[in-house]
Amino acid sequence: MTDIFLIMFAAILTENFIFSRFYGICPFLGVSDKPSTALGMGMAVTFVMTLSSAATYAVYYLLLEPLGLEYLKTIAFILVIASLVQFIEMFLKKYIPTLYSSLGIYLPLITTNCAVLGAALVNIQEQNSFVESVAFGFASALGFTMAIVVFAGVRAKMQFSDPPKAFRGFPILLIAASLAAMAFSGFSGMKFS
Amino acid sequence: MEMLKEILTPAIVFILLGVLMGVLLAVATKVFSVKVDERAEAIGSVLPGANCGGCGYAGCSALAEAIAKGEAKVSACTVGGAEVAAKVAEIMGVEAESAVKMRAQVMCSGTHDNALKKYVYEGADDCAAAARLGGGDKMCPVGCIGLGTCAAHCPFEAIVVDNGIAVVDPKKCAGCGVCVAHCPKGLIKLIPAEANAWVGCSCYDAGRLTRTYCDVGCIGCKLCVKVCEAGAITVDKHVAKIDYNKCTFCGKCAEKCPRKIIKL
Repeated sequence: MTDIFLIMFAAILTENFIFSRFYGICPFLGVSDKPSTALGMGMAVTFVMTLSSAATYAVYYLLLEPLGLEYLKTIAFILVIASLVQFIEMFLKKYIPTLYSSLGIYLPLITTNCAVLGAALVNIQEQNSFVESVAFGFASALGFTMAIVVFAGVRAKMQFSDPPKAFRGFPILLIAASLAAMAFSGFSGMKFS
Repeated sequence: MEMLKEILTPAIVFILLGVLMGVLLAVATKVFSVKVDERAEAIGSVLPGANCGGCGYAGCSALAEAIAKGEAKVSACTVGGAEVAAKVAEIMGVEAESAVKMRAQVMCSGTHDNALKKYVYEGADDCAAAARLGGGDKMCPVGCIGLGTCAAHCPFEAIVVDNGIAVVDPKKCAGCGVCVAHCPKGLIKLIPAEANAWVGCSCYDAGRLTRTYCDVGCIGCKLCVKVCEAGAITVDKHVAKIDYNKCTFCGKCAEKCPRKIIKL
């Protein structure tokens, strides 16, 4: 039980997907305009990452490993995750339209998102058990959500700032992101044993 | 034989996996099909499909839905430009520009000559910077700072700063609203392009106070309210406001205004 908490804590803070692993930077910079859209994106990522962690675990240990095809896991994962997301999207559209309207528009964006694939691959690399995998996927996505929502707040403030002309727009965004990443590097010294 | 097996196994496994997923999704499409707004789908097909997020929405389909609902402008796609905007406008059945043509208007008349200043500003040549020093150099809390941040951002070069206030050239103004977002005092408003009467003041101070620092500030005397036959003018927080949905552009308010702030 403690192991799972440690994995989740590390996934949210010390090994934050955006700020220390640098996965999922594209949605991080693209969809962090408003805190509300950022939250929607974060929720969609949480949803998909948790489910895909479970699905890829099953594919790896039930299909790839017995056949000795571990080296093809990246391709298999992309295939499975993309299909899974498409399937979930259609399912939600039909049966849970309210959830679809809040998540649905973000789902196609993250079908082959590097953060989602990254979570699956890290799970295999760390040899996590099934429960650990799902917990890791969920917690990583929570960390992602936190990062993107916090950054959306920073961006909202930044609209009123007046940087030098050369830094306006995207450059200052990258600088702000790097400052946030530096702040998160403070967590990296934490060790649990 | 061993090598053949090594090549064939993954090939077969992946073909099966792919076919399985394909069939699953094909079935799911049929089983889970729902009706969607046709316009949203049509708009989605003319958008570039790059899902860049440049418009501020999560992707092209999100923008398409927002346009279909009327939440976003038909020209919201920054990548597609005018070409895509025209196609989207065709689907939505509107003109590429908004149905009522608008123009920007700076709601202030306080030039160097008729509005007092509280200090001499010597700083960055930008309204946003000046606005942070006590809200700008004018005594008026909502006076035009006149450093031309709006003019610098205007894509059509329709704004010039003349004697301390920004002036929009109605002939050049396309009503895009970029300046509205950049004015730190929130002074620029979009009004219908054919509107001939507008209130050249936004000052919410009481008339007695306004008189002390500005010769052309609205004092909230309500003469315009009384003279307006259409009932389009209201005075809220000591400043007159024209409701362009009701305004008949008769011009009587402009004649009556004792401070000559309502202009034609």
